Amino acid sequence: MLWEEEVPGGAHWSAVIRRGVVLRLHALGDDANVAALFYSREQPLERYNMADTLKAQHVAHLTTGCVCYSDMGRILCSITTDTCGWHDPLCGLTDAAQIASRYGVTSFQKERNARYVSGRDAMLVELGKYGLGERDLVANINFFSKVVVDEAGSMHLAAGHGKTGQFVDLRFEMDTIVALHAGPHPLATGRYAPAAIRLQARHGTPPAADDQCRTRCPENERGFINTERLYSA
Amino acid sequence: MNTANVIDEVVPAGEPWMGVVRRGQSFRIVDLEGNQAVDTLFYNAADTAEAYSAQNTIQAQRRIYLTTGTVLLSNRGNPMLRIEDDTCGRHDTLGGACSAESNTVRYALEKRHMHSCRDSFLLALARREQGGLTKRDLPSNINFFMNVPVTPEGQLRFADGISAAGRHVQMTALMDTLVLISNCPQLNNPCNAYNPTPIRVMTWDPA
Repeated sequence: MLWEEEVPGGAHWSAVIRRGVVLRLHALGDDANVAALFYSREQPLERYNMADTLKAQHVAHLTTGCVCYSDMGRILCSITTDTCGWHDPLCGLTDAAQIASRYGVTSFQKERNARYVSGRDAMLVELGKYGLGERDLVANINFFSKVVVDEAGSMHLAAGHGKTGQFVDLRFEMDTIVALHAGPHPLATGRYAPAAIRLQARHGTPPAADDQCRTRCPENERGFINTERLYSA
Repeated sequence: MNTANVIDEVVPAGEPWMGVVRRGQSFRIVDLEGNQAVDTLFYNAADTAEAYSAQNTIQAQRRIYLTTGTVLLSNRGNPMLRIEDDTCGRHDTLGGACSAESNTVRYALEKRHMHSCRDSFLLALARREQGGLTKRDLPSNINFFMNVPVTPEGQLRFADGISAAGRHVQMTALMDTLVLISNCPQLNNPCNAYNPTPIRVMTWDPA
């Protein structure tokens, strides 16, 4: 274990995670939702790309064996373990108007750090720390949330999907700026009660030739080749 | 870039196109030969940091496909255009644009040299006289006339096209909108029968 840290429900967080490190997101309550964005530390113009991630792997949900592609055909991180089974890459973030209409208006003056922060505002704060902003706010992943798309294309947030104690391991294949927000999913209903998460960073094992993420599909084999070329010296 | 009040142009496959649709104007894209992917982004013409948001759009309508009645929302949650007429039936906004780099992943490492939508987008932005738009301004786009279904099991499929020659999609602009199109040059994907074809773009003033 390199370090661990708890992110309270509703809080946002960011850090640089180095290639080779495994970051565990651990749900400390039911119905956790962790919005996540990934940017190359070396060149933040290279960032997580939802469409390329879905197209390369023919998926509309993420779980063990899936990788998160950048827009440059490389792999920012791989999902090496997942006890949850389904993470939502489609639905994006909440904004301030949604949060206010769904949960009520709060302010720091009254509620102090228990105030409600939207996903968009949370990400704008974290991205701003790296010189990134609104134009860099691309489609994010919502970890621990399951959104099923029916035959007509309608989206349904699966109730009771996220359970206390579930975790997902992200093995970073590139030096990556990671921004997280432990806030409500945009399709969530009910009261405001975002779960806290624990972050744990460990040294990972480099992906072997038979790595489950590498061998999941020929596309991922090529994604790893592209990534390894960046770090060849 | 075309800033005339009324536009009527044919855009060949593999070419980008930019134009401004004024608030209240109609904007139509015609799939001239059928099943052509029209990769499209919209910006607030007065402040291009405000751009089309696929996530906000599908969130608001709780549905991933775009068709008549869909309001295309910006990253700031503002309505940009409304789809008024759609003889195709549905359009994709999850599949994104092809790029040289994603082609290496999806098809083969040696496909890097083939023309792609992102190359068209980048060239159009670089040529724009006002400047100011870069790779940062390329969020997830719309693929008009593309059929990219998601199954209840969470799989993404590239299904046979549901468009046909002469089908169109028509929108009304709810703000002054800068339109960026790449008429897709993808030669590796059966969804356009490996045959990229021209489209027609039209705008007109309200009657």
